[in-house]
Amino acid sequence: MAKLTFVGGIHPYDGKDLSKDKPIKAVLPKGDLVYPLSQHIGAPAVPIVAKGDHVITGQRIAEAAGFVSAPIYATVSGTVKAIEPRRVVTGDKVMSIVVENDGKYDEAEYAPVESYEQLSKEEIIERVREAGVVGMGGAGFPTFIKLSPKEPEKIEYIIANCAECEPYLTSDYRRMLEEPEKLIGGLKIMLSLFDNARGILAVEDNKPDCIELLKKLTKEEKRISVKALKTKYPQGAERQIIYAATGRRIHSGMLPADAGCIVDNVDTIVAIYLAVMLGRPLMNRIVTVTGDAVADPRNFIVRIGTSYHELIEEAGGFQKKPVKIVSGGPMMGFAVFDLEVPTTKTASALLCMTQDDVSRMEPTACINCGKCVEACPSRLLPCTLSEFAEHDREGDFLSYYGMECMECGCCSFVCPAKRPLAQTIKSMRRMQLAKRNKKQK
Amino acid sequence: MSDLMKVSSNPHVRSRVTTAGIMQAVVIALLPAAGFGIYNFGMDALILIAVTVAAAVFTEYAYEKLMGKKVTIGDFSAVVTGLLLALNLPSTVPWWMGVIGAVFAILVVKMVFGGLGQNFMNPALAARCFLLISFTSMMTDFETDVYTGATPLAVLREGGAADLLDMVIGRTAGTIGETSMIAIAAGACLLLLLGIIDLRIPGSYILSFLAFLILFGGHGADPVYLTAQLAGGGLMLGAFFMATDYVTRPISKKGQYVFGILLGMLTGIFRVFGPSAEGVSYAIIIGNLLVPLIDKATRPKAFGIKGGKSHE
Repeated sequence: MAKLTFVGGIHPYDGKDLSKDKPIKAVLPKGDLVYPLSQHIGAPAVPIVAKGDHVITGQRIAEAAGFVSAPIYATVSGTVKAIEPRRVVTGDKVMSIVVENDGKYDEAEYAPVESYEQLSKEEIIERVREAGVVGMGGAGFPTFIKLSPKEPEKIEYIIANCAECEPYLTSDYRRMLEEPEKLIGGLKIMLSLFDNARGILAVEDNKPDCIELLKKLTKEEKRISVKALKTKYPQGAERQIIYAATGRRIHSGMLPADAGCIVDNVDTIVAIYLAVMLGRPLMNRIVTVTGDAVADPRNFIVRIGTSYHELIEEAGGFQKKPVKIVSGGPMMGFAVFDLEVPTTKTASALLCMTQDDVSRMEPTACINCGKCVEACPSRLLPCTLSEFAEHDREGDFLSYYGMECMECGCCSFVCPAKRPLAQTIKSMRRMQLAKRNKKQK
Repeated sequence: MSDLMKVSSNPHVRSRVTTAGIMQAVVIALLPAAGFGIYNFGMDALILIAVTVAAAVFTEYAYEKLMGKKVTIGDFSAVVTGLLLALNLPSTVPWWMGVIGAVFAILVVKMVFGGLGQNFMNPALAARCFLLISFTSMMTDFETDVYTGATPLAVLREGGAADLLDMVIGRTAGTIGETSMIAIAAGACLLLLLGIIDLRIPGSYILSFLAFLILFGGHGADPVYLTAQLAGGGLMLGAFFMATDYVTRPISKKGQYVFGILLGMLTGIFRVFGPSAEGVSYAIIIGNLLVPLIDKATRPKAFGIKGGKSHE
């Protein structure tokens, strides 16, 4: 059988060896914790604490505002120092709750259950919603909405996205090796919501140890299978992993549920497990701190709100001068200019690079070589779209399916002329999206 | 932080492949054909190649200097153009014709349209056709000390027989770089292995050309005739090195097949029904002109647009 995969994609240097063999280490924050009210897609959360209030670990400090939104919890005990705009990874200033850590880590009481079977489907979904679980792979879409499709009986596949296709990232890998039972447990909880669904643990084949372990642990599970996917970026992109695992295709206007699928990544499924079984809100996540600039690259379990600065210190500081620091992977992450930004629910990695390809390589003329066309997982013509974007040819941009771009960056990566294709297409796309939203309002 | 970090939009890494690297690989891939041409036709060929390449590079340099633009000769594309043009010339033409061709290719076809990536036809072929029209007799005189003059295709056309082995090895009259099927194939294999070209255009070009000959060539599926047609003239050089020119070929896979088939048909028409035994250059140039139309007609659909079919 041919390997499960998609058409297009690239094979960048993966850099995973830097951090993959070291166990996950817990980080206790020392300084203030910053909780941006917008760490998810949808309406920003609304603070329910005021300056000067004492809070404890696991206490809700901001309430979901409306349906598409998520609550936020304190991850340490201490005093609310301020509610003010703070810088986040994208460079924007976002209204945030700042908590001064008292170092005691007093924690709230949760309501664990013996077995998820004691809970009704509605109670399970409610627990996920209350816990503030959002897609932790980067999108930050509130997870309870994914778990409540219009026609739950039509969901046939629940795909655990264990691809981890971004170079340098090893957080899912470590989680699968160290806490596979939480991942499998979370998947089983999800399956209990959908009677007609089968669970697929979709893992890239550069992690044979994970595949073997998960296979062993799910041998008795009739509804769960482990599928090895070809190692290729962006294998973990939602549309690509659905295609690889099930052969179904969706476009930007469709939800995975339209193809009978629900996709969640490893950290999110573990968060579902903790929310349902222990009643624990989403308070921490695993962050890969890596790159040739840091002394001791490894994975940390980090309390949300912890400053990036502290993560670098935990990783032994800089051994070489970093030139570029990226929040997330090298393909889709954000370059940050300030380390005084907090770890959010969607922060997967902190990559400290000692050289920057982008500023080192100057763009030259497009020679129409077609490498971007070969690489585009959305089967677009990136060079053509980028030209349309540069010349503000909106109509052509739309009719050449410009809105189907998912900003994976493959085109910019392969371009021999070093043109910033993804960036140009992205800015045009964002403009069109903004226009669309304006019209709807 | 004290030092400012670099920031830019994602992605933050780039592959090592560069335009100059690709062009250098094409130059290397053309060396077997050039080398065999020099072996076959002697010092004249070497001098013509050197002069033509130098003229192409100098023209680009001088134009950019005069226009106050950034000098781009470091991308090696002018070297490729000069070399391809030289390989498409008979070794007997005077050196100044190589210079005129190179200036025409770089200045008229490439630079005034905006430089690399903007030319609407292959500069080397456009220059060859320009020379063919301007200096017809010199451009079609293949008589050297070694060869009596007629190219194998011309001999075939007159009803004569050609030595197939000589044609495949390249011991025949012709332009400098077109005679040796083996040398061209060696270079083409290198480009295929490096992933710089693929078989879509050359494959569909050659297969459709063969199909055309079988149907209309008047010799049916005679293997000797077909092999001679493949080995003779500029077909191999054209199919692997000029029809595959990135700038002047369609961008989508489908478009590339259409382009290849179109070239096969045109070459067949020119060789079978036209006044000359050759036809590759004109076929590719006409094909180049149709590329915008082909691109428009073969715009691919984005992933998922057709809906949910299974591949299991």
